[in-house]
Amino acid sequence: MADQRASNGYVSGSNLERVLKSGNFAVTAELGPPQSADAEVIRKKAALLRGYCDAVNITDNQTAIVRMSSIGAGAILVSEGLEPVIQMTCRDRNRLAIQSDLLGSYALGMRNILCLTGDHQTFGNHPQAKNVFDIDSIQLIQIVKNLRDEHVFQCGDPLKGLEPRFFIGAAESPFAHPIEFRPYRLGKKIKAGANFIQTQLVFDIPAFEAFMEKVRALGLHQQAYILAGVGPLKSPAMAKYMKESVPGILIPPELIQRLEDAGLPWAGKSKDELTKEEKKARSEAWKQTGIDICIELIQKIMQIEGVAGVHIMAIEWEEAVEPIVKGAGLYPRPVVEPLIA
Amino acid sequence: MIIAEQKPFEEIKGLVGSAQKVLVVGCGTCVTVCFAGGSREAAILAASLRMASKLDGDPKDVTDVTVQRQCEWEYLDTIAEQVNEADLVLSLGCGIGVQAIAEHFPKTWVVPGLNTSFLGLPAEQGVWVERCAACGDCILGLTAGVCPIARCSKSLLNGPCGGSQDGHCEVNEDIPCAWQLIYDRLKSLDKLEMLSEIRPPKNWRTSRDGGPRKIVRPDLRLYEEE
Repeated sequence: MADQRASNGYVSGSNLERVLKSGNFAVTAELGPPQSADAEVIRKKAALLRGYCDAVNITDNQTAIVRMSSIGAGAILVSEGLEPVIQMTCRDRNRLAIQSDLLGSYALGMRNILCLTGDHQTFGNHPQAKNVFDIDSIQLIQIVKNLRDEHVFQCGDPLKGLEPRFFIGAAESPFAHPIEFRPYRLGKKIKAGANFIQTQLVFDIPAFEAFMEKVRALGLHQQAYILAGVGPLKSPAMAKYMKESVPGILIPPELIQRLEDAGLPWAGKSKDELTKEEKKARSEAWKQTGIDICIELIQKIMQIEGVAGVHIMAIEWEEAVEPIVKGAGLYPRPVVEPLIA
Repeated sequence: MIIAEQKPFEEIKGLVGSAQKVLVVGCGTCVTVCFAGGSREAAILAASLRMASKLDGDPKDVTDVTVQRQCEWEYLDTIAEQVNEADLVLSLGCGIGVQAIAEHFPKTWVVPGLNTSFLGLPAEQGVWVERCAACGDCILGLTAGVCPIARCSKSLLNGPCGGSQDGHCEVNEDIPCAWQLIYDRLKSLDKLEMLSEIRPPKNWRTSRDGGPRKIVRPDLRLYEEE
């Protein structure tokens, strides 16, 4: 059975892999699990994303805050008929736990994985925790690849039976430092076995074009599918916070100005003077501008050679995915039938 | 060297508890150099405990002595008499010194006066920084003499992660990004190509993860003449 699947031309046969391999511009979105055991939250968010993306990333205790596990949420998504991309960080699990989770998530029907180092635990709600970081993201990619292609565990022992066949993803932050090393680090991830890449949020198109030029010079765009990270900004304050405080995020001042301008009708009053309705109207104006900006960014990114898709990160704002995907002309999503073995 | 700092005085008072005859034992090596537990600090702490216990209406007999190295039996032998006379020994050695006293004097109750912090060096006057995690399998030859195990918050072997910004770590602006330092040094030494190699998962058995460690050197062992 394993050989059959390996010979059908796909490494995993996941929907995301099929869409990318068929040459369609792919769309992935993101779903943040709740800080609770409520499956209904996942189902509601899944309903907002259904039909608007090719696969849904499920974050793994993002920003080191405890949430429903990405694999648990992923199993719900599979049962809802959506395809998850399981995010897996190296912060909370050693190589034993990671490999057993890979086996378990594959057995539950998950086919895509995003290999991440993970935010440090000091950011989150359990800063007293012992960190693990037994392996790093590049070593994790190798482990997933060796399970799939060599049928061996990290220790070298062979698998005893069916191997997990994941479409392997990795992240890259094009503007983190040292910036001149980033394309080469991307190359290391691809050399390690990454099939697709999702980048940190891109707002600065010229900077991303410069990054992609280096990526193309290294031929990396021909060795893995590169999905540019995009996301709608909710307010000028959020944009400023991200620009100042999140490593590797560049936001041009003119984008922040556009958000400021969208709030101009309410600029005469201080925060306390605004009525609830006025605050809501201002928020809607900001959000619409954030969505418009996101659509424009996607349209510009689609023109850049070597970009195979976009990864939409609408953090705790899954409702924004539909208008963004439609606005960018990326709806409906393609249906690519599996190859026959 | 081993870097340590003194515990808060209230915590030390609590550890001393009701003991009447207290011996403060300083150490003349690492903790002297980092101003945490040398003869000066031992004398000051002994005086502080005497004063505090007097103010508390329960004056204690607190004396101090400092040995060259608390972690070697031969130096501990020199204070055996004072240790045996004390109700309690308050060690100003590192965690190794405290345990050496406990091991060498089975009938003595010993408590720590220091928190042993890390293996490091004095970067400037009054500033100490961590440099080594004693992982037991040194990789400094691969990383331009900068240790990512001790100095990268995530101990990455294939760094830097996406949290490196303006030379510092995502955890804290006071922490230099070890991988930025590695990158800069490799670049200045014209060895950047070393970064293109993927380093495999580390064998942590030589670190604490393999259990407590021990080194036996047969060439140095003393054997009885046959």
